[in-house]
Amino acid sequence: MPKQIKLPVSEAVIRELRAGDEVEITGVMVTARDAAHKYMIEQKPDSLHKVLNGSMIYHCGPVVAKEGETYRFVAAGPTTSIREEPYEADVMGHYKVRAVIGKGGMGPKTLEGCREHGAVYLHAIGGLAAVLADSIKEVVGVHMLEEFGVPEAIWVIRVEKFPAVVTMDSHGTSLHKDILDASTAAQQALNK
Amino acid sequence: MQDAFLELIRRASTQLPKDVLDVIDACRAKEAPGSMAQSILGKMLENAELAKAKSVPLCQDTGTLIFYVDYPARMRDAEKKITDAIKKATVAATKKQYLRPNSVDPRTEKNTGNNLGIGHPSLHFHQWDKPHLRARLLLKGGGCENVGIQYKLPDKTLGAGRDFEGVRRCIIDAAVQAQGRGCAPGVLGVCIGADRGYGYVASKEQLFRKLGDTNPNKELAALEARCIKEINQLGIGPMGLGGKTTVFGVKIGTANRLPASYFVTVSYMCWSYRRKQMIIRDKKVRYA
Repeated sequence: MPKQIKLPVSEAVIRELRAGDEVEITGVMVTARDAAHKYMIEQKPDSLHKVLNGSMIYHCGPVVAKEGETYRFVAAGPTTSIREEPYEADVMGHYKVRAVIGKGGMGPKTLEGCREHGAVYLHAIGGLAAVLADSIKEVVGVHMLEEFGVPEAIWVIRVEKFPAVVTMDSHGTSLHKDILDASTAAQQALNK
Repeated sequence: MQDAFLELIRRASTQLPKDVLDVIDACRAKEAPGSMAQSILGKMLENAELAKAKSVPLCQDTGTLIFYVDYPARMRDAEKKITDAIKKATVAATKKQYLRPNSVDPRTEKNTGNNLGIGHPSLHFHQWDKPHLRARLLLKGGGCENVGIQYKLPDKTLGAGRDFEGVRRCIIDAAVQAQGRGCAPGVLGVCIGADRGYGYVASKEQLFRKLGDTNPNKELAALEARCIKEINQLGIGPMGLGGKTTVFGVKIGTANRLPASYFVTVSYMCWSYRRKQMIIRDKKVRYA
């Protein structure tokens, strides 16, 4: 059974999670990808502190429908996380973000950031856009829509039972590193 | 013709081809019962079903629209007319949320909002002797495009020389480098030879082949089979989280090379394998 995580979440709850744990997340989180991470680090906008503190960042550039004055996510799977490697650990520390959700995993700097700040990396299934959009119940707000465009804007969303797997925990374990090491060894054996 | 192209885009974005669904299902059966790999492959099928039923994009990254169009010689102003129809259909498909606004001008960093811009959509025209028009469309997302790679042989690090053994080492390496980041299990389209630019065009054209087909060239067929077998021994698995299914297929073509050059170009297509074909014959439209 997946562990249920309610947002905002405390550092203590996050520290209990281990790589391999399945979770379901309920509460308000924020999408951010390339332009947003650059913005969060270079300009450090104060307007995001309240929503990010104890919350999670979802690496996602959604397809969004506008119905009257409200927005609805139509398709919203994760995007590749590694592009945010230069920024993520600092974002976690500065805004007290408790998890980032994406796909493909992240590198040593983020793994160290998870350990230092008490955060985890959650893996969602890439390409699962229709299923994951179903668990996004409401668009609460949006930042930088005009400046960044739909995929890159910072969307504030309310999710219910959003499914993910812990693949990097706050204790230094990364499933991505384990699989990279094992597959590289297998490659060397094939080329002998 | 604009409506026909709009429907082609809608189907490509919202429906996975049957051969792909069958392969996902077969691979799911082969993964260890109760494993994360098996669960992920199952959710992929669930997503395909839901996207089709709701007519929404399979993946939010609706990708680069890559068209390969073959048109009959007797069609007048063919490229102009078809280009016009494709552009209008692309704008309409974006408004209907079959496509995400996905085209950014690097000079201004602005998203054009309608998927049109320099090089967007990506169009490849070819006049042929047949009486009908064939349009093939691939929606190729950025995640898998980013893990595409081009090797120049010989490659000292891989111990890869200028022969098919060297090519094999490149293909295996491409899968290792990609890990799960191209949304594994993927399909590798490969071109041996060519110049750098055509290498990528030709490697992507390989991605229009059906998953179950056999390469007509015996040596290439053997190389494809060996690469699939060996890559699936690497343990990378669905989404790079471990398992027996790392690729669904490897499709290899060749183009002649210069004596001085030996490129091996690999294009990675994600599991959300959005390819669709349309035939227009005597004003009747058929999709496959």
